[in-house]
This record gives sequence, C-alpha cells and structure tokens, in this order.
Amino acid sequence: MWEQLAEEAPRFFGYYNMIFIAQAFGQTLALSVLGALAGFVLGAFLAVLRHPRLVPFAPGRWLAISYVEIFRRIPFLVKLMCVFFAYQLAGAKVSMFTVALTTVILSATAFAAEIVRAGLESVHRNQWDAAETMNFAPAQALRLVLLPQAWKIIIPPSFSYVIGFIKSTSIASQIGVLELTYAAKVLSTKGFSALLCYGTILILYFLICWPTKLLGAHLERRLGVSHTR
Amino acid sequence: MAYLTLDKVSAAYGATPVLQDIDLRVEKGEIVSLIGPSGSGKSTLLRVLVGLLRPQAGTISLAGERIDYASKAALRRARETFAIVFQQYNLFQNMTTLRNVTVAPTIVQKRPAAEVEAEARDLLTRVGLGEKFDAYPDQLSGGQQQRVAIARALALKPDILLLDEVTAALDPELVSEVLDAIRALAESGITMLIVSHEMGFVREVADRVVFMDAGRVVETGAPAEIFDRPQTLRAKEFTAKILRH
Repeated sequence: MWEQLAEEAPRFFGYYNMIFIAQAFGQTLALSVLGALAGFVLGAFLAVLRHPRLVPFAPGRWLAISYVEIFRRIPFLVKLMCVFFAYQLAGAKVSMFTVALTTVILSATAFAAEIVRAGLESVHRNQWDAAETMNFAPAQALRLVLLPQAWKIIIPPSFSYVIGFIKSTSIASQIGVLELTYAAKVLSTKGFSALLCYGTILILYFLICWPTKLLGAHLERRLGVSHTR
Repeated sequence: MAYLTLDKVSAAYGATPVLQDIDLRVEKGEIVSLIGPSGSGKSTLLRVLVGLLRPQAGTISLAGERIDYASKAALRRARETFAIVFQQYNLFQNMTTLRNVTVAPTIVQKRPAAEVEAEARDLLTRVGLGEKFDAYPDQLSGGQQQRVAIARALALKPDILLLDEVTAALDPELVSEVLDAIRALAESGITMLIVSHEMGFVREVADRVVFMDAGRVVETGAPAEIFDRPQTLRAKEFTAKILRH
C-alpha cells in the first residue's frame, strides 16, 4: 500500500490539485472565521436583548428566546436545507457559499447567545445592584463590570463550541460548497487513494483548529482572569 | 419642609407586601437610624429609595419635589442624590480598590480623572486604606472591603448616604473599624439614613430613631425615647430583648 501511495503522491500533490485544495481550504477557513465572528457578535446581542436588567423590553426578550431555543434544536444539515430553500423562495440568486455562510452564522448566533447569557448570569446580582444605583448606563455596566467578570465563563465553552463548529462546516459539502470535505470527495472520485485525500484534509482541519485552540487559551489567560478565589 | 419626605409609601415583592404606608421625614444634616427585627422592611426601604424596587403607592419627595421612579431622568437624579452602601459591600470584583472608587465619578459623572483620583486616594486614606490602592476586593478583609465601599459611596458626592446593615456581614472584631469610619462621617454633617443592628452605635450617632416592624413604622423618636421609654408594646418587646444581651 505504501508503494502505491508513494507512486500516487507526486501526481496528487501536483500544481492543479494544490490550487484546488487551497481554494477549498480558503472556503472552510472563511466559513469558520466569518461564522464564528459574526455568530459571536450577534449572539452577544441576543444575550443582551433577552436580559431583563439590560433591556427591559419584553417582546425583544421573547423574540431572542424563541430564536435561541429553535435554532439550537435543528440539526445543521436541516438548517442548511431550510436556508437553501428560503433563498430559493425569496427568488434570490446566491452562491452555495452564501447559503452555507448564512447557515453557519444563524447557527453560531444561537449557541453564542446561550454561552454569553450563562456568562452574564454568572455575575453576582449585587454587582448589578451596585452598577445600577451608581447610575451606570446598561452599556457601561456591561463593558466595565459584567463582561470583565463574565469572560472566564464565556471563553472556554465558546472555543470548544467553535472547534466543533469548524468541523460541522464540512456538512456544507452536502450542497456542493467547495470546502475541504468536498474537495477530498472530488479527488477521491478522480481515483486518488482515500487515505491521501482524507489524510490531507485531516491535516488542514487540524491547521485551523489548533491555532484556534491556542487563541482560546491565550484569551482565557488575558481576559478570563479572576480576582476571586 | 423636610429634605426627604416619604408619604404613605408601600412596596411589595410580588404579592408579598413588604412596606406599608411608610411616613418618614429626614432633615438636611440629620442622621436617622432605622431599627427593627429582621424582615421588618428596613433594607427594603433603602432599596426603594435608590430605585431597586419600585414603590407601589405613596410619594417620595426630595426638597419638596416628588420623585417619579417610572421616569428615567428622575430616577437618575434620585440616584445622584442617594449613595448606598450595601451589607455585602458589592464592590466590583474586577477592579482594584482605587478603581472601584474612581470608576463612577470619572465615567458616569464625567469629572476630570486627575481630580477624582486625588480625591479617591484621600478618601481611602481617611478610612485607613492608604496602603491598599491596588488590592482587589478579594484580597481584603470584610471590614476593609466595607470601608472601600464607604469611600466609593462618598466619592459620588451624595446628598444623602444610605447605609444598609453595613456591619452585619462582618466578624465582630472588624465591626469597630467600620463604625469608626462612620462616626467620623457623622461629624462631617452629612445626611445619613442608617439601617443597623448595632444598638449602642445607633444610640450614639443617631439624631432620631425609627422603629419598624412588619413593614410599618411603629414608633419614631430620639434615641433615648425609643430605647429607654418606648411607647408601643412592640417597641417595648424589641428593646427589652436587645438590651438583655
């Protein structure tokens, strides 16, 4: 088997295959990074919106809760199909990448909202009391008192979620987005050994996940400091 | 006209009434102490004043002007007038001692940072924490934390200082250092509303004592009247119990 791989390798790692895999890598990276960033920002927004002490507006709260509860319960593939058909119904001509990116963001938003909510709830009620009676505006309380104390609860699950989520972007291959998993499938149908194809993308997935993990650990040290024993 | 006036103020936690028809007058510069058994509504009354619990009925006025707690602007003004020191100190855990004192004056009141910091250092030194500017709350003892909380409240330059059982969470040995800080304040002429179970202290610093029970004001008078010649049966029972130990 090793001889066969050694014989195949030069062809597999040829110029056109490399370009093809690099493009796929770019798509996976883009889905992961844009999805995680946009998802986190929107999720944090929902977490704030559903917090009665930050935003005393009940309809906004119900909306945020419904969104989170619904989108966390639908499997990723089903969400992908729903988004795909939603764009079709709306008559919008969008690329498969856009469909996948939309799905990834909708999904990450719901999970991030829940993680940030748990973080905010971990801050003791008496910190809110103090901030409120000292006339902090909600945004000031959030920035100066609540988030600094919530990071240590928010960061670890966020990054373990993101790492899981980078891997779920592979499901986008089901609708033909040219990301890593799709690229491996294409190359293996072209006759390359599955070991070579999937082994290569395995390393590439790792190359995205490992720095993500390091970034998480770094942020945990920087922001997640606790001054409480 | 009294500086702070409460007229028939009632409040509830959900369906449970906690304050009923409270009438109270506090003059400028006066030190009024609220005493009474646990659950009598003393702390709740302070929470109502700072807008952490909306009154259901009655009026609260400052210098003759009614505070409308439903209005954001009025609530903001009320919170500029009152500063509260909580039983559990409620210091911001993520900030140093100095930052705890300077954060609201600089960021909320938008006063010049250098001036606020000089004042904060002075206030902290006065409560005996000149060495602890850079300590985090969790590195301090309860008594030290409570003195930081007092300095933090004073840095806001309130017209009325509210103290909510500020020694109740402290070890007996630490009580006196906090009481000393408040005694020094009392001499400065600030208006204070003090909820306390330290009867000896109340008797010493208060101009007037308000005895509360079951959400109502039962009796009001000078410390000597309430402690030595209580008029109501309920106040008699209470003072008899506390004087016995």
